[in-house]
Amino acid sequence: MDQLIFLLATGLARGAIFALFALSLVLIWRAARIVNFAQGAMALVATYVAFAVTGLTGSYFAGLGAAILAGLLVGFAVERGVMRFAPAGQPLAGVIIAIGLVMVLQSALGILFGQQYRPMDAPFDESPILIGGVAILSPYDLFVLIVAVVVMSLLGLLFTRTSLGLQLRASAFAPEVSRLLGVRVSRMLTLGWMLSSAVSALAALLLVPTELGLNPHSTDMLFVYAFTVAVVGGLDSPVGALLGGLAVGILITLVTGFLGSTVAPIAVLALLVCVLLVRPGGVFSTGKVRVA
Amino acid sequence: MTSLTGTPRVIAGGVALTVLAIACTFLLDPYRNYQLALVAAYLCATAGLTLLIGLTGQLSLGHAALMAAGGYGYALTANALTDAGVEGLPRFILGLIAGVVAAGVIGLLLGLAAARLHGPYLAGVTLALVIALPAFTSVFVGVFRGDQGVQIAYDGVPEALSALIAVEQWQAWVAILVAGITLTLLTLVRNGKAGLRMRAVRDDEVAARLSGIPAGRVKVHAFLVSALGAGAGGAVLCFVTQSVSPGAYTLAFSLLLVVAVVVGGLGSILGAAIGSALIVLLPWLVQTGTGALSLPGELQQRLSGNLPVLVFGALLIVVTAVWPGGIRGALRGRKASGTAASGTTGHSPSEPISTEPLTTEPLTIQPVSTESER
Repeated sequence: MDQLIFLLATGLARGAIFALFALSLVLIWRAARIVNFAQGAMALVATYVAFAVTGLTGSYFAGLGAAILAGLLVGFAVERGVMRFAPAGQPLAGVIIAIGLVMVLQSALGILFGQQYRPMDAPFDESPILIGGVAILSPYDLFVLIVAVVVMSLLGLLFTRTSLGLQLRASAFAPEVSRLLGVRVSRMLTLGWMLSSAVSALAALLLVPTELGLNPHSTDMLFVYAFTVAVVGGLDSPVGALLGGLAVGILITLVTGFLGSTVAPIAVLALLVCVLLVRPGGVFSTGKVRVA
Repeated sequence: MTSLTGTPRVIAGGVALTVLAIACTFLLDPYRNYQLALVAAYLCATAGLTLLIGLTGQLSLGHAALMAAGGYGYALTANALTDAGVEGLPRFILGLIAGVVAAGVIGLLLGLAAARLHGPYLAGVTLALVIALPAFTSVFVGVFRGDQGVQIAYDGVPEALSALIAVEQWQAWVAILVAGITLTLLTLVRNGKAGLRMRAVRDDEVAARLSGIPAGRVKVHAFLVSALGAGAGGAVLCFVTQSVSPGAYTLAFSLLLVVAVVVGGLGSILGAAIGSALIVLLPWLVQTGTGALSLPGELQQRLSGNLPVLVFGALLIVVTAVWPGGIRGALRGRKASGTAASGTTGHSPSEPISTEPLTTEPLTIQPVSTESER
């Protein structure tokens, strides 16, 4: 029972990271109709920047700021430099280009920094707090949860309460009409990529201290899990990403805790297949996105 | 019935190319023959994959897992047969069949899921499959031996030939023979009615359904056929390397297969051959190149592991964005680009639309349409 509570709480914190990363995938999907397979690799670039900045300044929060800034820049560079050249009206072309990008970024990081794992310290204690003798959450998990909630609230406010958010949604929803109404659609697309990339950079930065450390492949599993989350939630739905993230986080932690870490990828695959067989567009998908 | 008159020609072409490739093994030294065997093994898988992506527009990132299924099917059967005292050719053939069947079963399951899914969703499921592969081998460690993998008994040159050829050459022969048969069969599928239906579903699923084509079943068939190819490739790879382990079938390897078919030219089997040769030769070229530069040891190690992947990734981006016909398209000039990558190029309206023939003879079947706007 005690272990169950601990696993649930840890799963919640881990799930918040998945939710954050899945949200970044949803952002790009909504803006550009691309499942960005390069999201993990892009976030990794930002995490390496954060690692370097933290190493230089000694401050975790300087690194955090650097990661977000680097995430924005990477998103900008990827959209303007690569994705813009994807042939339009061809969903596979974007996916294939993203896969190429993963290979380029990961191998470039491997050449620059080598394959070894670099330990990254968490800014807070990682041993769990005891409440009534039951281990619940570590302060770091609490920090992760708070950051996730804050970022999601800010994004929610941005999209629903600001004129910029309205323009972002409009250009994703109806690019032609928006262009006629004076929205700079192309700029909004770039902005969508930057936002999404920054959010995923933050998620990766939050995850790495709880894992083995920083390595050119640190975000591989994060991407796969977050992709599952996004698909389970329905690629179009931020709420789906949030709830799906928490659900998958708890599922993985429970499976890892009770059955061993090797079973977790199988559980995720099973979940993904089951959900897609019942609802090919995800749980929170609304209506038919495309006919063919 | 073009497929009927075309069939003997395809078979004759397949036999001729296979004989030619086997003849070439006499010109190569053992290491080149080993590389040739690898190319032939990869070619079985990439030829299937290029049909899947090129003809039906379904992207699979999990073909390494299907190859692994073929490899494990071969290895487990071969070991069981060795214990039962079966040797030589019967062991190889039964193992090959087991490998192909194993991959076929998984491919069928994936195909059933794929029939309901759109591009990125399918890519995600196949990605998750390849990620879960090491987990499967660890969970069923008694059968699959975990990370260590399954080793098989050494399969030497048959006695009648042992005076004539080295073991690498023999392995190349077997690999080429299997690849020749696989490719001929895949070509027949591609040029026949089934291939036409696949293209129709890819280009406009609604129109295809209205014409009475069962789109779901066509997609499942495409996945199955392509999985059978991957299974044969995995079995041959296991025969050549005498082992199969999850470490050989990583996500990176799966992505390499995608690179091979995209860079070679989507939908083209010659493109798959060029791509397969590229993914075997480029890492070796880079290794040779960096070795000649006399760089410090650690840097050289980093470069030899990562530089080929970097080049492959860059090739994938450039080819998709600016050169969608791939190398195959470039060889054939403009004509091929219209159909090579499922509308990525967007053929100009003035150009006559034609299906891209695999072999040199043109197909006389007219396609339904290649206007592909989803």
